[in-house]
Amino acid sequence: MAEIILLLRLFATFFYIGIFTFGGGYAMIPLIQDEVISQGFVGGSESLLIDMIAIAQSMPGVFAINISTFVGSYEYGVLGGMAAALGVAIPSFIIILLVAKFFKHFSENKYVKGFLRGITPLVVGVLFTVGVRFLLLGLFETDIFNLNEAIIDIRQFFILGIIISLMLIGKKRKIHPIFLILIAASLGLLLYGIF
Amino acid sequence: MYAKIFLTFFKIGLFTFGGGHAMIPLIHRDVIDTNEWIKESEFIHIIAIAESTPGPIAVNTATYVGYKIKGILGSAVATLGVILPSFIIISLISLILMEFKENIYVEYAFKGIRVAVSMLIFNAALRIYGHFKNDWFTFLMIATGFGLIMFRLIPVVLVFLIGGLSGIIHAYFSEKPGVKQNG
Repeated sequence: MAEIILLLRLFATFFYIGIFTFGGGYAMIPLIQDEVISQGFVGGSESLLIDMIAIAQSMPGVFAINISTFVGSYEYGVLGGMAAALGVAIPSFIIILLVAKFFKHFSENKYVKGFLRGITPLVVGVLFTVGVRFLLLGLFETDIFNLNEAIIDIRQFFILGIIISLMLIGKKRKIHPIFLILIAASLGLLLYGIF
Repeated sequence: MYAKIFLTFFKIGLFTFGGGHAMIPLIHRDVIDTNEWIKESEFIHIIAIAESTPGPIAVNTATYVGYKIKGILGSAVATLGVILPSFIIISLISLILMEFKENIYVEYAFKGIRVAVSMLIFNAALRIYGHFKNDWFTFLMIATGFGLIMFRLIPVVLVFLIGGLSGIIHAYFSEKPGVKQNG
């Protein structure tokens, strides 16, 4: 019985996240952080969740499904992963079928356009906050509310420098994101494992 | 036919990286060029819908394209196809991670990965920003999203609703007769 309730909670939490995902998967990160932690999933550990988000982003596949499966399988194995992944996908599925059947001209509506005109720049603002949070955590192992606890380690700046340089070089010849992640992981292993 | 839809979207799901926008060229190639399932104009319409409805863009697009090809069953097959690679890969990874999450070398690797991920997110933000017109409303919305979420001032869902509502109000006033259209 307890298992069924857990699966239902996983499904419901990610269903809710799915409904309020605007502008694609990355923009949902703050919402995932809010909901997953307040529901007490992943042991209520913000840092574990952030590492899961990092992995979900470093893997191929649909980000929203990756992170849902990850949280779900942490809670209750394959079944948990399934409950969470279906939860996040089903709102999309239903909404798109309704639009396809009944509101074909949905995206041409003036107010729908207006709604998006407000949401999309907002999403960019949200993405910047996600970037800043990851950067604070990556560079100083802290967050915006505990800046006085920042740990300053020159090795992190070195990794940041390499990644930025690679991205700038990559502006002409595209460097695959997986390659950047692998370089960063190897640098972490090398700098902390050896020195 | 269903098997073919499934396999096509499975492949698309497997090679998607970096958010739903990245998969649009892949879908275009497989669905229009290779299989000729739908027309170019329909595809553009579908992308517009997928971007304007809530949910992951990859799932939205797969559902709609599947529906166009073979109705509700087609959409179910396409959606399952696009999410299954994610599901399989992450289920395997989570087994491994649970085994090694206390390992010190995994933590070292993550010190690097977190820095790289932050840069990838900034990059995604800048890419979307590149499509905007630079007017006061755009900047106001970016600042609103940043400020409210950064400091966790109000629930995330409320922030999105405020954004959408501001957009609707902006659309309403910018289309009044005699007012110069800027949005």
